[in-house]
Amino acid sequence: MLKQILVGLALTSALSAAAFAQEPKAGGVINAVIQPEPPGLMVGMVQNGPTQMVAGNIYEGLLRYSPKLEPLPSLADSWTVSEDGKVYTFKLKSGVTWHDGKPFTSADVLFSIDFLKQTHPRARGNLAQLDKVEAPDATTVVFTLKQPFGPFLGIFEVGSLPMIPKHIYEGTDYKTNPANNTPIGTGPFMFKEWQKGSFIRLVKNPNYHIKGKPYLDEIYWHVIPDAAARSVAFETGKVDVLPGGSVENFDVPRLTKLKNVCVTGAGWEFFSPHSWLWLNNRSGPTANKKFRQAVMFALDRNFAKDVIWNGLGRVATGPSGSSIKYYSNAVPEYFYDPAKAKALLKEAGYNGEKVRLLPLPYGETWQRWAEAVRQNLQDVGINVEMIATDVPGWNQKTSEWDYDIAFTYLYQYGDPALGVGRNYVSSQIAKGSPFNNVEGYTNPEIDQLFADGAVAFPDTKRTDFYAKAQKILVEDVPVAWLLELQFPTITRCNVKNLITTGIGVNDGFRDAWIDK
Amino acid sequence: MLSFVAQRVVKAVIVLLAIVVLNFFLIRMAPGDPAVVMAGEAGAGDQIFISQLREKFGLDQPLPVQLFKYVRGIVSLDLGFSFRQQMPVSKLILDRLPATLLLTGTAFVISLALGILFGTLAARFAGTWADSAITVLALIFYATPLFWVALMAILLFSVTMDWLPSFGYETVGANYTGLAHVLDVAAHLIMPATTIGLFFMATYARMTRASMLEVKRLDFVKTARAKGLRDSVIQRRHVLRNALLPVVTLAGLQAGTLVGGAVLTETVFAWPGIGRLMYESLLQRDYNLLLGVFVVCSAMVLAFNLVTDLVYRSVDPRIEYAT
Repeated sequence: MLKQILVGLALTSALSAAAFAQEPKAGGVINAVIQPEPPGLMVGMVQNGPTQMVAGNIYEGLLRYSPKLEPLPSLADSWTVSEDGKVYTFKLKSGVTWHDGKPFTSADVLFSIDFLKQTHPRARGNLAQLDKVEAPDATTVVFTLKQPFGPFLGIFEVGSLPMIPKHIYEGTDYKTNPANNTPIGTGPFMFKEWQKGSFIRLVKNPNYHIKGKPYLDEIYWHVIPDAAARSVAFETGKVDVLPGGSVENFDVPRLTKLKNVCVTGAGWEFFSPHSWLWLNNRSGPTANKKFRQAVMFALDRNFAKDVIWNGLGRVATGPSGSSIKYYSNAVPEYFYDPAKAKALLKEAGYNGEKVRLLPLPYGETWQRWAEAVRQNLQDVGINVEMIATDVPGWNQKTSEWDYDIAFTYLYQYGDPALGVGRNYVSSQIAKGSPFNNVEGYTNPEIDQLFADGAVAFPDTKRTDFYAKAQKILVEDVPVAWLLELQFPTITRCNVKNLITTGIGVNDGFRDAWIDK
Repeated sequence: MLSFVAQRVVKAVIVLLAIVVLNFFLIRMAPGDPAVVMAGEAGAGDQIFISQLREKFGLDQPLPVQLFKYVRGIVSLDLGFSFRQQMPVSKLILDRLPATLLLTGTAFVISLALGILFGTLAARFAGTWADSAITVLALIFYATPLFWVALMAILLFSVTMDWLPSFGYETVGANYTGLAHVLDVAAHLIMPATTIGLFFMATYARMTRASMLEVKRLDFVKTARAKGLRDSVIQRRHVLRNALLPVVTLAGLQAGTLVGGAVLTETVFAWPGIGRLMYESLLQRDYNLLLGVFVVCSAMVLAFNLVTDLVYRSVDPRIEYAT
């Protein structure tokens, strides 16, 4: 099973290398799966996973990012950074129009910044270091920061900072603007039709600012709520693209065995979803560092990777994923060692108190994983009680700290200052939200290291701060890191160039084409 | 008869209002609210974001105020607004209702027709192998989980034989019109409707069989036989007609629950109906939408009960309208 996937992966990369040599062909329709149905497509106000996946075709950001996370031009043609790292000047591409024909200018950029500060929690955080933004002319935008902010060039991706049309939203109530249901962007595809419960239909933007692109005529995103039915839809040829997470992992080997089917784990470099167990640092056995270390030694993470995730992903070494900046592997190592775990439990004085384990209610794969973890923990003598919840229940229990051990995974957005620090610094402890320092870890040294790392200039100075932070965190085990996840994207092999950047399917189908 | 209907409608409205209030509190007893769910799905959410959402949903107001506003809306036939879907609840439900009515209506007809047919046959051949075969078959369909039957049907008819489409209401992007469209929808309808139909068939078959065997022993059947009527006439006009009363009762009760019963089938077949809407709005704690679906379903149950009472009368003229 595992071997086949690896072969599949190798084949895909070979094929995509060959695809660059081929001349793209225009025309055709792609049928993809979207799961679950997004609540809306106005990505400036709704940031749900499925929203971002569809909206990445309609909207655009100023930049895109390569699989190595280097910035690439998108709506911005070029950019310069001042000597002191405080002033970023972007040159916008000229001749770009919105889907309704109005020109896209620097005024839209200024408006978008203002708009997103009100509606987009992540953008609000990312823009905290922004002092002012100005537009000297129609194609120039100048960002001035209060102080150098290392990850600044990493916040312009379409999901993080989408461009919003000023002429449609200015002076209206954003939340109730009827245009929210008929999104207008600058992207390669235009919104056409949404039959709730059935499908979302996007059509080619004939006036797209890159001549000849996009190649596809239409994209249908099908809403199929049942995971087994989604894999059947692919199997019977009704659907050509299954984005990561569309089918249960145990179906992946079967689907990839089919003729003319390609699978790839690429396209997750920017988000680099990182999974871990939140260990409640406040109370109970998990408040003891030795107990938490014992958990790390008790977990057979290679088993989880090979069996539950079909060999996709990597065993995590610490708080940072290996594909994001300033990753360091000079950290203490935790390997599967039940004997050591038992010894540590003894040292911690653990006397068999009940520990509540909260699985992530995202389908069978996560359920199986929770069962494997329970088995691992029980094997070393930890008394585990599994708590069953649905998604809202999980959100409430974790955000109100009502758990001992809880599964989760978070995106890292390419830079420790954007997606890693938030889970460990004490200023991020806030009841009522499940995406911050939920475990309640406090360490002034870590707070300082992340604070310094974010603003150190030039970038070479940032390395030391993050290397040190990673070492301390891995020693302290505020959470038990599991895997760097890779969600397989499954396609028919004649769908070419679907994934070309580090943002994967979320970056839109701009470059994709069908080989007939 | 008119006053009977009028009185029943008034009672129904009162029951409906009680259901609304009860549901309102039941939903809010579930952990988590729509703001937390949306923040969770976004993978980000600071305090400002969540409180903005709560304000938008009206969740920042005290519970009695929320209830008052909601009931006031219901009384003026306004089911409220789904902030999650950015659409009025009534529009969302009306968009989905036809698909569900088509699916469950077809399933209802299938189950009733097959149920009565097989029940009659089983009674006619009571004690023989045919009787046993029908009973066993009906029980198997009744005992097997709906989603499993659905998946097996998909495996057989979509994957292996490639006869029927496996998901959806129509072929997306085909833009069929006229007869082609009708046939396309029908092809999509066969599997889900039969799946539900076979499940409900079992109860009707069992009920018809038992009831017919009972009626068969009654004196008026003996009289009919003594008169020298043909057996087929006795079975149809004397036995079946009288045996159908309990089946009508059951059908009336089940007609109302068919909407709810379609949740699993609609999910497996990606049928864009109201059952799925209900399930999804529950998982997303979309309070207004969920309540709206409940109200519509409850209203349908009440309406079907009324219709059942009227059907009784036409099946058995001895029953009178008491109020």
